[in-house]
Amino acid sequence: MAVQRGDIELAGLTKSYDGINTVVRGINLKIPDGAYCCFLGPSGCGKTTILRMIAGHEDPTDGEILIGGEDVVGLPPVERGTAMMFQSYALFPHLSVRDNIAFALRVRGLSKADRYRQTDAMIEKVRLTELADRLPAQLSGGQQQRVALARAAITEPRVLLLDEPLSALDEQLRVEMRLELQRMQRELGITFVHVTHSQLEAIALADLVVVMEKGEIKQAGPAREVYASPKDRYVAEFLGGQNVLSGKVETIEGGRLLFAPPDRKSISVPLRANARVGVGDRIDVAVRRDDVALLRADAIISAQEQSALPCRVLAIEYQGSFVKVMLDAVADEDFVAYVPERTFFSDPFAIGDIALAAWAIDHARLLT
Amino acid sequence: MSAAPQMLASARARAKRRAIAPSRGGRPWTFYVLAALFTFYVVALYGPMICIYILSFQDVRGGLVFPMKGLSLHWFVDLFTQVRTGDVKGAFDRSIKLAILVTAITVVVSFMAAMAFRRRFPGDNIVFAMMIGSLVAPGLVLGIGVGLLFNAIGIDTSWYGSALGAQLSWTLPFGVLVMFAVMSRFDPAWEEAARDLGATAWQRIRLVIIPVLAPGLVAVALFGFTLSYDEFARTLQTAGPQNTLPLEIWSMTLNVTSPSLYALGTVTTIISFVIIGAALGTIVLIQKRRGARARAH
Repeated sequence: MAVQRGDIELAGLTKSYDGINTVVRGINLKIPDGAYCCFLGPSGCGKTTILRMIAGHEDPTDGEILIGGEDVVGLPPVERGTAMMFQSYALFPHLSVRDNIAFALRVRGLSKADRYRQTDAMIEKVRLTELADRLPAQLSGGQQQRVALARAAITEPRVLLLDEPLSALDEQLRVEMRLELQRMQRELGITFVHVTHSQLEAIALADLVVVMEKGEIKQAGPAREVYASPKDRYVAEFLGGQNVLSGKVETIEGGRLLFAPPDRKSISVPLRANARVGVGDRIDVAVRRDDVALLRADAIISAQEQSALPCRVLAIEYQGSFVKVMLDAVADEDFVAYVPERTFFSDPFAIGDIALAAWAIDHARLLT
Repeated sequence: MSAAPQMLASARARAKRRAIAPSRGGRPWTFYVLAALFTFYVVALYGPMICIYILSFQDVRGGLVFPMKGLSLHWFVDLFTQVRTGDVKGAFDRSIKLAILVTAITVVVSFMAAMAFRRRFPGDNIVFAMMIGSLVAPGLVLGIGVGLLFNAIGIDTSWYGSALGAQLSWTLPFGVLVMFAVMSRFDPAWEEAARDLGATAWQRIRLVIIPVLAPGLVAVALFGFTLSYDEFARTLQTAGPQNTLPLEIWSMTLNVTSPSLYALGTVTTIISFVIIGAALGTIVLIQKRRGARARAH
């Protein structure tokens, strides 16, 4: 496939500020043209540094950044065809909404009439027409975000870089703005690279989720793949929604292996193709919280198809569409069941009740 | 139908009285002590100045002390017509010119220093300490030093040369410190955003940094002007043969014994107030214009 103008390729990208600590370690990644890519990770994992290096506000210590097939390292942001939306939006406080959005055209030397004509079209696109003459301080968080988006988009970039764009907003607005970002991305048809520490945001928006830890990529893939098939314990725990059990492998046979968490009976897990484990190895196994069924202690289960752990109910949180039940199924680790609301209340458990946490063996997943 | 709303209204009024009552009647005794202290402070601060302003409006019989003798502008006229009071007009001229010069240099250099100190650089602490050092040095000694240095080099001391330098040693550190405070509220992301949008270095300064910092720059200008306009200690040994206004006033206190001295005090105060008013007005105007421009479209 030919290289598209909005393709991004990071090759061996490395950054160290002081020559001692490396914040980004040899990142290799391809982001296809027109994709919505989210870098996900805790603060300090290097995701913002990567974004700033793509934007041209930071120079890599080593490695290449290719946009549309050409190496852009050393080029100023304008020549890269990127535009960045800053975390606090960085709207110019002394300029009106219109002049903020028109700024890029102004520095390019367009006449006032020309730049206002283009700007007003953009203002309409982000639905800020009535607010065009306000100053940033007179806008709400959501409106400021739309201004920042419009100001970045008016340069007609091939890549839009967003640094924690939703973190300054309250919960409800964040959900609204998520839709707005999606709509803008479809409308502009350009590559979006979005940095966030919220897994909810990442899986809701991204075509490509890149999970990072300590300057390295842990897993990169479509949202569903990363969420439902995490590669390792870190990804599983960071994305949430998973119970992670660990223990020693006891036997391997018939495409399944048996392992035992400390002080528990053995649990069966399907063996993945090309998984390299041997008897005696310590392994991690993930079980989705919504795959866990909560049964009464005397329930009968089919040992061929289901695994079950006896446990006690520690806490119950009502979540609306489901009920979050905290269990002591494994020592020293959280074990949680998301029970559908109707199911739970047809036979409700109370704190302290003895229960059986059961799941289909095929739904358990061996982590590397 | 009639009783209920009335009862409601009276209940509301009672509630309101209760809400205000504690703060009206129950001020602690410390309030009165502190209020008295503050009143004393204000009287001590402004009393002496007000005495001088009042005494400057006496008529020809006027003396240097109370009681007031008559009411006229005689000493103001005297101030600008009598030769024996010295070259007040010339001194005033020089002081204003010097203050403008000092202000301009202070604003420009303070701005550039604040820009430089946005990032750390080798020796930044030393530069900063040296700058503050000249603020701590006794003004009179520093002035003598500057005078001596000019003498040693063989340049004549003058108000536009050595005095300018001596005053800058005083206004620059002040200006830079104010600019540091102003800069601390400047979000570096603004400049980065401008760069991201394609602004050149000069465009970033002209279109973003200066407009955002404008009120702070006016404040620095005001500082520079007032510090220079009434600077005495550093100027005393450096002004050369021609006096600045504070030096002129000082020499008048030594040999003029008429209320025209007070008239001079009144006039210079009025000028100071006009300048401060103009500066504050400029800040307000900048902010108003922004609001107005935002509404105008």
